[in-house]
Amino acid sequence: MPTVSLTINGEHVTTEVENRTLLVQLLRDQLSLTGTHVGCDTSQCGACVVHRDGRSVKSCTILAVQCEGANIVTIEGIAPPGGLHPMQEAFNHHHGLQCGYCTPGMIMSLLDLLRVDPRPDEHVVRKWLEGNICRCTGYQSIVDAALECADRRASGEHAHV
Amino acid sequence: MYDFQYAKPARLADAVKMAAEADSKFIAGGMTLLPALKQRMARPSTLIDLSGIAELTGISMQEGLLTIGAMTCHFEVASSELVHAAIPSLSALAGTIGDQQVRHRGTIGGSVANNDPNADYPAGLLGLGATIATDRRVIPADDFFRGLFDTALDEGEVLTGVTFPIPDAAAYMKFPSPASGYALIGVMVSRTGGNVRVAVTGGGHGVFRMATAEAALAADWSPQALAEIEVDHDLLTDDHSAPVLYKAALIRVLTARAVASTIRPS
Repeated sequence: MPTVSLTINGEHVTTEVENRTLLVQLLRDQLSLTGTHVGCDTSQCGACVVHRDGRSVKSCTILAVQCEGANIVTIEGIAPPGGLHPMQEAFNHHHGLQCGYCTPGMIMSLLDLLRVDPRPDEHVVRKWLEGNICRCTGYQSIVDAALECADRRASGEHAHV
Repeated sequence: MYDFQYAKPARLADAVKMAAEADSKFIAGGMTLLPALKQRMARPSTLIDLSGIAELTGISMQEGLLTIGAMTCHFEVASSELVHAAIPSLSALAGTIGDQQVRHRGTIGGSVANNDPNADYPAGLLGLGATIATDRRVIPADDFFRGLFDTALDEGEVLTGVTFPIPDAAAYMKFPSPASGYALIGVMVSRTGGNVRVAVTGGGHGVFRMATAEAALAADWSPQALAEIEVDHDLLTDDHSAPVLYKAALIRVLTARAVASTIRPS
């Protein structure tokens, strides 16, 4: 069986996979990193968003073998165990989730947005979230959380976001 | 998904050689191919991943022509200052494809080679009069797109890049499907000297040029010139997305809006 070597949340991983194994299957089924969700399995809903070499991608539509040598960050990798990332705190503060299924993908998408645009306005946030579907919140609370996180970072409250 | 062999050659010549030997498929960004494989709509023995071939990626301007490597992703095209300075309508088009995560993976070569009847890039290439380079030849866009998911590419031929002339004026207008984000109808218009091109995606049979609109706009580059334009209904299909009459109306409206957007208010 083929093997793939990659970095996941800072740890080097070498494991056997089938060529057809999707990145999300490697994460969830083999490595038990079940924070990354599978919603639609057709690259539309965004529940499976992770970072690959710093960019947000849908892990249901990339093969594990295509990630040879890549640096993957999942929702489990953004804050120390037991702690919350400032974006997660902002979601908490604004009630940016109800069922929570879309939340890991939302947060990974939004962290990528703040990387390329540290001070997005509401329109930019909504456009960036085109590929993340939430069926509970109506998005307003999610957008509010993203804007607050950006504001707090800009004011120096958490420079490390 | 059925299993397959996976190869990631570093050289174009190796990719071409592999394709000749096996019942294989090239994979670029995979944004269409992987969903199709999940549906078991294809069963290649080998996937040949083109992402390891450095010469297929990149954007350059040479002798007044803009060239984009086949493996350049939509995000790179949308955010490239070079593209924005040369053909801003092409940047805008790339920025409307799919969503941000799809734009991080999907490539211009993959989209063009796939020739989805609702994809944006085919209209962009045909409307701007681009040429398509492969490992063995150069094909004008007019000869490349041959209808539903069909192109001039031969079996095992690798699309390596797309080259665009720089228009005097150009614009892309798209009415996205509210469900999929694909173009229900998309229209690229361009004017270079006296040469006008109008290309339409989403009609149903694949991208096409609209000769009536081109003639009218060559005589008078203004939205008013399109007032009496008839759209050939044989080029459109009644389907799940919209009926023919609605598509024809969208084509008229979007073409006029595209032209209007190129004219600065005086």
